[in-house]
Amino acid sequence: MSDEPGRLPGQGPGMTPGHPDVIFCPGGPILLRGDHVVQDEDGNEYQTTRPVSAVCRCGGSAIKPWCDGTHKVMRRRPGR
Amino acid sequence: MLTPTARGPLSECVLESLRTGDTSRAADAPDAGSPEDAQITLWALYEQHYRGFEDVAGDLEWDPQLIAVRRRLEQDFERELRARTPGVPEPGNFAEDFFAFVADHDGPSLAAHIHRSASEEQVREFLRHKSIYHLKESDHTTWVIPRLSDTVKAAVMELQYDEYGGGNPHRLHAHLFAQGLTASGLSAEYGAYIDEVPVEVLEQNNVMSLFGLNRRLRAASLGFLTAFEATSSSPSRKIAGGLERLGFPAEMVEYYTEHVEADAVHEQLAVRTICGALLAEEPSLHEDVFFGAWTSLDQDDRYAQRMLGAWAS
Repeated sequence: MSDEPGRLPGQGPGMTPGHPDVIFCPGGPILLRGDHVVQDEDGNEYQTTRPVSAVCRCGGSAIKPWCDGTHKVMRRRPGR
Repeated sequence: MLTPTARGPLSECVLESLRTGDTSRAADAPDAGSPEDAQITLWALYEQHYRGFEDVAGDLEWDPQLIAVRRRLEQDFERELRARTPGVPEPGNFAEDFFAFVADHDGPSLAAHIHRSASEEQVREFLRHKSIYHLKESDHTTWVIPRLSDTVKAAVMELQYDEYGGGNPHRLHAHLFAQGLTASGLSAEYGAYIDEVPVEVLEQNNVMSLFGLNRRLRAASLGFLTAFEATSSSPSRKIAGGLERLGFPAEMVEYYTEHVEADAVHEQLAVRTICGALLAEEPSLHEDVFFGAWTSLDQDDRYAQRMLGAWAS
């Protein structure tokens, strides 16, 4: 189905959803399932505390490394 | 909790039936004297399916006369809610369309008022009103779970598990709110403030029960959940800021800061793994997902309008 290294068969947009450990949300955070320790750019470490955690990708969160929904404000530009 | 105070002829009759167990009189119940009368009646009938009332016998939960009254009220209420709902987006990219639908909705912001200028007394009133729902937070969504496919069911459980503290009662969201109430010198007793809440609060609670208790409305329930989660992080941050400004105790602030982080996760799960998956399986539920979502946004607006109006006068 794909030549991309590691790509699982039968998965992709429009296919039956699997149960991945890490999910990249388009225009939003990365979701992490399960227990993880996340290290930020400054070397500080954060333990996940919930079944699924959202890690900020837009850089605008006030509670980094976690997402606080700020990407939704940053994305709202004319023409979108 | 004891049964609430009646707000008109219908609630007078139905509440009396509940307390005495003589439900034959409910069969000839008078019409509601006002929307408030109808909503408090419906709220009391729904409460039978949550934790109930100390002054009502448990076996009245499924009493046919009472269920008949509930069904009449529900039909009128659902008709009204559907009539309020404008056109919904055409099916397309659900996640993108849903976030845009929520972002394009422009309503009055109670959170902004609480953040910047509400008085302590106003915020205490707000917390008393919110206690009706937050002390049974997420329970209405739990009713939907047995009505779902394996994929959607597991996805809802993933979210609900976090709402219920991941199995730790100290982290259960309803418990966090109770702790906040107690620390703020308010009653954390379940349903304590029901007699003082305005009709908008009754409606908001009844919508959740209506969608949760009727299998055919499961998509509306999940749409409601999704819009609720997608409009929670930023307002929760503002409310937390307002509580800090007014010197509320840390427990109350923490309830809201927890929701900044939790609901940034939940909105993604609700849009993608819950409603997205539901609609991939059953595209015909598209309209009901947006009906539920619109109703969530609209209910918030109605309460905000009510309180901002009351506080401005």
